[in-house]
Amino acid sequence: MVQNFKIGKYLILRRITQIGILLLFTFKSTEFILFGNLSSSVLLNSIKLSDPFAYLQIFLASFTLNFEFFLSALVIFLLYAVFLGRAFCAWVCPVNLITNFAELIRRYLKPAKLTNFKANTRYFLLFSFLLASFLFSEPSFEKISHIAIITRGIIFMQSSAIFVGILIFLADLFLQRNLVCSHLCPLGAFYSLISRYSLLKITYNLDKCTKCAKCINICPEPQVLNLVTKYSGKVLNPECIKCARCVDVCDDDAINFNLINFVKGKK
Amino acid sequence: MRRKFLVSVAKLVAIFAGIFSFLYLKKDENVSSSKKRLTTSFYLRPPGVLNEKHFLSSCIRCGACVKACPYNTLKLASFNDNASNGTPIFYASKIPCYLCDTLPCIAKCPSDALSKDILKQGIKSVNIGRAIVDESSCVAHFGIQCDACYRACPFLDKAIYLEYKRNERTNKHAMLVPKVNYDYCVGCGMCERACITKIPAISVLPSDFILGQRNDNYVKGWVEGDDSILKDVNTNKKLDKNKAMDYLNGAEF
Repeated sequence: MVQNFKIGKYLILRRITQIGILLLFTFKSTEFILFGNLSSSVLLNSIKLSDPFAYLQIFLASFTLNFEFFLSALVIFLLYAVFLGRAFCAWVCPVNLITNFAELIRRYLKPAKLTNFKANTRYFLLFSFLLASFLFSEPSFEKISHIAIITRGIIFMQSSAIFVGILIFLADLFLQRNLVCSHLCPLGAFYSLISRYSLLKITYNLDKCTKCAKCINICPEPQVLNLVTKYSGKVLNPECIKCARCVDVCDDDAINFNLINFVKGKK
Repeated sequence: MRRKFLVSVAKLVAIFAGIFSFLYLKKDENVSSSKKRLTTSFYLRPPGVLNEKHFLSSCIRCGACVKACPYNTLKLASFNDNASNGTPIFYASKIPCYLCDTLPCIAKCPSDALSKDILKQGIKSVNIGRAIVDESSCVAHFGIQCDACYRACPFLDKAIYLEYKRNERTNKHAMLVPKVNYDYCVGCGMCERACITKIPAISVLPSDFILGQRNDNYVKGWVEGDDSILKDVNTNKKLDKNKAMDYLNGAEF
């Protein structure tokens, strides 16, 4: 029996932002809005943005402090650390499109689990990539980053993205559920580490919950929903990617964003 | 039963699709039309790269230089290129660097991988590579008048100049052969694209492939100021006077 989940407004919103950002990068006529790619870009011809993880690697590799470059990485760092949490993974990253599609197919095929990577593997990978950047004086994750390859593939029409995309798809489909995004990706680990104190959180209300477990079944990082059926409160685990699939699939209005509830309460 | 069958079929299809796409994608870049160099084993970096090591440690691979290039010269390296994945490169025989006055590729670089100093010093300080002439296939060396590279060069009569030579074969004609002056050549590749031969007789290679470096003790006495290379030379070398006078009796002979 295949479990069906309804498509909610947050899923549609997410797809629009994900694809919209990629399209803004791709076309020359929209360069004045967004120029560059996910590693480093210019917003509205004035605000420079850079990937803080890539900046950290480059800093460890070259030990040169370019103030403008540092500032551009700081903007993104603060955006996620203070406000959005690990929302990059669900709302911006193009790899999310591939892995979500693999998960959809997985629901129908139900293949056996072949590997058993733990969710904290990514923190070891994050650390080793930073160490390698320092040792070999080259941004080591940027060199092989699947996220950058897929993004460049879409923006610059490079064929190598198709190959890497198929590899990620196959790994997610046949090896383990959400293998790439929830177990191996060091960028996701980086955003998890910095977003512990971010303002945007998912809230859970035990009183409204009917314990259908749909949210746990659809969550790409099920360990973050450990409070479900136990107590009401915020999802404090920073590994939550704010994809809001749990908000979408919940039929009882037990799960929501804390900020939106706050606005509603005021009215 | 049916699900197991479906899973195994899907696995087979996926594996074959993966292998075929890999082989196909490996093949499609081997363009072999005329006037194109067949090898992609060497590549040229955009202007502003000081040296490969410094460049690789600070390039964020964002592609801003590629997007800023008005002539579509630059492209990001993919798996088919020898360069590190995602870094900007170009092949002079395909599209050369037009050496824009404002150097938009450097201006757009967020991470100082392309040195901003070049913007102040102007395009004469760019160091992409050096041009080298293959005399065995250059038609000017056959005695035919061709100055395509000479006229294409942005530093006309400086980076490439014509040397007048007597044609020893006919004994009455002149040969105007192109010569490259490495003090001016920046390696933009305009000459390589302009070359009329099937595979260009003049080509631009990265500077490391061509340029040597003289020892400090070879001073050009006839060039004013050339002895400045002796300024920081270590003169504290202690030579053994006795050994120099006594060397015939030493074990070396």
